Amino acid sequence: MIELQIILIFMIIGALIAVRTKDLLSAVIAVGTVGLGLSLAFLILKAPDLAIAQLVVEILCVIILIRATIRKDLPFSTSGRWLFNTFITFIFLAVFIGFGYFCMRDLPQFGSPIMKIAQHFVSQGLKETGATNLVSSVVLDYRAYDTLGEATILFTAVIGVLAVMRRVGRKK
Amino acid sequence: MKEQEKGMTIIVKTITRLTVGLILLFGIYIVAHGHVSPGGGFAGGVIVALSFIHIMLAFGKEEAFRKINQNVASFFESLGAILFITLAILGIGSGYFFVNFMSKGKPFELFSSGFMPLANLAIAFKVGSGLFIIVIILVMFKISKEGDNR
Repeated sequence: MIELQIILIFMIIGALIAVRTKDLLSAVIAVGTVGLGLSLAFLILKAPDLAIAQLVVEILCVIILIRATIRKDLPFSTSGRWLFNTFITFIFLAVFIGFGYFCMRDLPQFGSPIMKIAQHFVSQGLKETGATNLVSSVVLDYRAYDTLGEATILFTAVIGVLAVMRRVGRKK
Repeated sequence: MKEQEKGMTIIVKTITRLTVGLILLFGIYIVAHGHVSPGGGFAGGVIVALSFIHIMLAFGKEEAFRKINQNVASFFESLGAILFITLAILGIGSGYFFVNFMSKGKPFELFSSGFMPLANLAIAFKVGSGLFIIVIILVMFKISKEGDNR
């Protein structure tokens, strides 16, 4: 597991560079290295499906970031209502940490397999679905409703981008 | 500015001409073998979309629109959605929603595991054309905004 920790440290350094650097192109490339490290971490944790999806989505995100936002001078104001903003930030942090504590309290320890349903998928998946890729058998057979929801999310995202970026609305 | 709209340099164009077919073929392979080996509809669809985005980055958007324009992309997106829903509803005939109604076949073969290859194909159509449409919209927005400034 030492290589996983090396990759995690590499990702943290990349994220810090992405936040702290002044150049926008360097920040985008640093975000890309974070995604590459995440893909390698999935590969080390033996999840090749996730590694492939993460890698290609990361490439697409970097292309979109470079093509769509690199020339713009993004307005980022740090002055103004800093007291109100800090107050809201702390409230949200407290809410998230509180919910996270109550949700994570009942979870089992990392790596202790008490999952009965997953055990059923692993032992009976090939016989029941006929797919040798177990991830595919879960995504498209046992949990196909989730895939339908994911397709709906993507459809909604396309409609949302079209609605925000359309010509008629921008001319007004 | 005008050179950039037509595409990149001749080196990039030559390399793109060599590699874009391989990228498209790899995406189709990932989609078709999604139920046998790692991959699946989502990753394969993104790779197929990336091959067209590759053309658009190297040759400019006119060349990419000649290959696949906005109507074709939206047709494929709707086709993917309708195919997936149809597969789900056909399952009602033999049980319930999303039942795997086709024959399972032998494992490790390309035509096995019931309707999973078809569902992978539907997801790939949907994801690939959807992401291609999003990139088209963002790039067109940028170019039109630059045109307004000029």
